[in-house]
Formats: sequence, structure tokens, C-alpha cells
Amino acid sequence: MPEIGIVGYGAYIPRFRIAVEEIARVWGENAEDIKNGLQVYEKSVPDIDEDTVTIAVEAAKNAIARAGIDPKAIGAVYVGSESHPYVVKPSGTIVAEALMTSEQVMVADFEFACKAGTAAMQCCYGLVKAGVIEYGLAIGADTSQSRPGDALEYTAAAGGGAFIIGKDPLASIEGTVSFTTDTSDFWRREGEDYPSHGARFTGKPAYFRHVTSATKLLLERLSLKPSDFQHVVFHMPNGKFPQAAAKELGFTADQLKAGFVVSHVGNSYSGSSLVGLTAALDAAQPGERVLITSYGSGAGADSFSFVVTDRILERRDKAPGTDYYIKRKHNVDYGTYIKLKRKLKV
Amino acid sequence: MVHNSSVPLYWRLRKSKYNLIGTRCKTCSTAYYPARHLCQKCRRKGEIEEFKFSGQGKILSYTIIRSAPAGFERYTPYAVAIIELAEGATISGQVTGKIEDIKIDQPVIPVFRKIYEDGSGGLIHYGIKWEIADGQRA
Repeated sequence: MPEIGIVGYGAYIPRFRIAVEEIARVWGENAEDIKNGLQVYEKSVPDIDEDTVTIAVEAAKNAIARAGIDPKAIGAVYVGSESHPYVVKPSGTIVAEALMTSEQVMVADFEFACKAGTAAMQCCYGLVKAGVIEYGLAIGADTSQSRPGDALEYTAAAGGGAFIIGKDPLASIEGTVSFTTDTSDFWRREGEDYPSHGARFTGKPAYFRHVTSATKLLLERLSLKPSDFQHVVFHMPNGKFPQAAAKELGFTADQLKAGFVVSHVGNSYSGSSLVGLTAALDAAQPGERVLITSYGSGAGADSFSFVVTDRILERRDKAPGTDYYIKRKHNVDYGTYIKLKRKLKV
Repeated sequence: MVHNSSVPLYWRLRKSKYNLIGTRCKTCSTAYYPARHLCQKCRRKGEIEEFKFSGQGKILSYTIIRSAPAGFERYTPYAVAIIELAEGATISGQVTGKIEDIKIDQPVIPVFRKIYEDGSGGLIHYGIKWEIADGQRA
């Protein structure tokens, strides 16, 4: 069986940022306490003309450039998000047409809170492995919503990661598992502008139980241990949760470092762990193992083990690294943030 | 609900607006955007084919819009530029990012953005806008 995995990957992060200090200033909160608590210093803000579709397209263009494939060879386009611009009308049709894929392409939008993108990766992996398609494009992208004044406002960010799944990969998929239960920690009802959450309940029974269970299951299935991996990425709703999950599972801060993007871009929901994975792949060397465990409220976690191949050396520089998007930034004040997020009636 | 923009028109132009697809004359290599179906130079001797522009271009001229037409009010101030594409055609389009940095002759790259929204319930029109090139992205 030939290796199947990531043939090309790409990230996109909007250029605007708002600092924790600026949000805390408006709401009369202590910025230092929030920064220490969340380990987040600023978050990305989409431009007024950016949404999940535009972010998905830009990330996917980078993935296609790295893969070096004809977009017409892509047999499936799956876009995972919790901020699809239309409730009825797929983001994926616009993304596929903008990327100039063939019209003979499977398209669907995925939704599973912050893990819709990794769910899309699992579907592409299955279709490639079954020989149904040659390449699948899995995208996780979001322009996250947060109620002004809510704790989420400090972290809810925008960004996305895109992955071409196929044969001759730069990182082969060694295995993938999911862990899923009906746990209501974070939700948004139809027609509601902002999500609701269970505050402290989002921790132990939700994020930690699912992330650690999926990761342990993957390690057990593959007979691997934490020290077999050079890089590990967990979903990053803030900086504290992934660090605590890593510690609990026996991973070190060094393993977490390359994909730990949350402190300066915030939590891009469906994009969060996937942007982290692009940053880890930017740093990874052939032969190294990369572990990623996403988390989606509701709740579930998808865990993957990748083995990086020699192909990474020839493909990595064909698109801008994730660090380029992290460093390309322009800070805005709270008033501009409100305008960009369309919270003003014009 | 009736909306202002034409749904069929958006559908007809989507390929050209998403991906800078115009036409080119095989006889004299003149490129056209938006697409022309007859070469202005070669007339009947010309042979027109579909052509995808590379996206490389530079700013020929620009203006900053501060008093916007209906539907664009929330975007102000925004820059509209005439872009000269590497293949010769000139097109108009919005320039995104830090508009205070715009200069004539600056190279630009195409980015995929929302162009226009038909109210809160109508179609979202997507297409190409332009960003000042920094040499990192093609």
C-alpha cells in the first residue's frame, strides 16, 4: 500500500491584530491577569471583506502551490468551519470554483465546532485510501464570533489551514482516531449571532477529556509513546489548555513549541490546530513524527500521527511559511476592530 | 425577497471574476480583460482564445474613496486603482491592506475577497482585489 498523507499544506491568517490590552482597556479589565491566565497576547482580526470562504481560498492556494498539482486532479473539496457565510449555500462550491478544480468534484461543508477541518481530513484520507479520488482538499477556516465583553472576545480570531491529501506525501498519515461524546460545552443556536458556553465546564469534561482520550487511543493503536514524536499540536482555545494537556499526556514544552501559534494569533476555531500543524510542518525534518489532536465542542477530538518524508524539503518553500503570516501584522484599536467585525450598523 | 444584484449576471461572470480569466488574440497576442470576443487590432484576422492572466501587475493610478456609493458605505475609506497587468491589459479594482502605503508603480498581487454584498439576505459577490506585493507571495 503506497503512503497516503499530506501532499501540500497552506496557512492563511488575516493581517490585522488586536492586543489583549486594547480589549481590556474598553471593558475595564486587568490585561496582565488575562494575558497570564490565557497565555494569549493578541489575536487576528479579519479585514472587513474577509470571511471563511476567502480565508479558505488563500490557504488552499498555498497548499496547491506546495503540492505542485493541477487543481483539476482534486476529487473532493471539504470546508470545515463554524462561520460559513451562508446557512444554505455551500462555502465549498465557491472555494472549488475559485481554485479552478474540475466540475467533477465532491464538495461539502463540514461543521463540528473547532474540529470540522480535521474531520474533513479524515474523509479525504478515507476516499484516497479507497481509491475513489486521487487528491482531496481538506480545509479548516473560521472568522470566529464572540459577544463584545465576553471572555471569548480575547481569543476568538480568524485564520485557516488547508491540506491536499493524496499519495507521495510530504507527511504520511500513520494513523487517525476520534473520540466523541454528547458533551455540551459550547454551542450556537440557529439565528443566534454569538455562541454560548459552559464557562468552566469547557475544561475538564470537555476539552481535556476528549483531547487526552483521543491522543491516548492513537498512541495505543500505533504502539507509540510521547517521546516518539518531535512535534505535537493540540487545539488551542487559549495557551493554557494545550500546555496542560501536553503535560498530562507526557509531552514536553519543546515538542509543543513549533506549532504553538495561539499566543500571537488567538484561536481561529476550525483553523486553530490546523494552522498549528502548518507551523509544525514548516519546522519538521524528514523522518520526524508529528502528532495533532484537534478538539470540537459538542464534543469530539481527532488525533493523527504523521511521519514527515523527504518530499518536505522540495515543497516547503513553494509557499509562504506560517511565520510569514504571523509576523505580517497591523495592530488596530477597539473602534477599528468593531468596524472590521461589522458590529456597527452602517 | 427581491434583491438588487443580478443572480444570473454574477453566475455568468464568476470564472472571470474569481480567476482573472479574459481573452487573448492568438494572432497578435493582445490580452483583454474583461473578455472581448473580437480582437480590436486584428478584427476579422484575429483569433480569440480564453486566457488566464498571471496576476502580476502594478498600480497605474489610484484614488481613495471616502464617500461611497450605496452598498459600499461600510468599507470607507478604500482605495480603487487602475492596475496594469503584466500581459498588457488594464483593469480597475480595490486595493486592500494599508491604503496609506499605496504608491503609483507599486507591484500588486491578486487576493480573493468579498467585493459586494446584496444586503444581509442577498448574494455575497466574491472576486479579486489587490494587495501591495511584498515579494513573499506570488
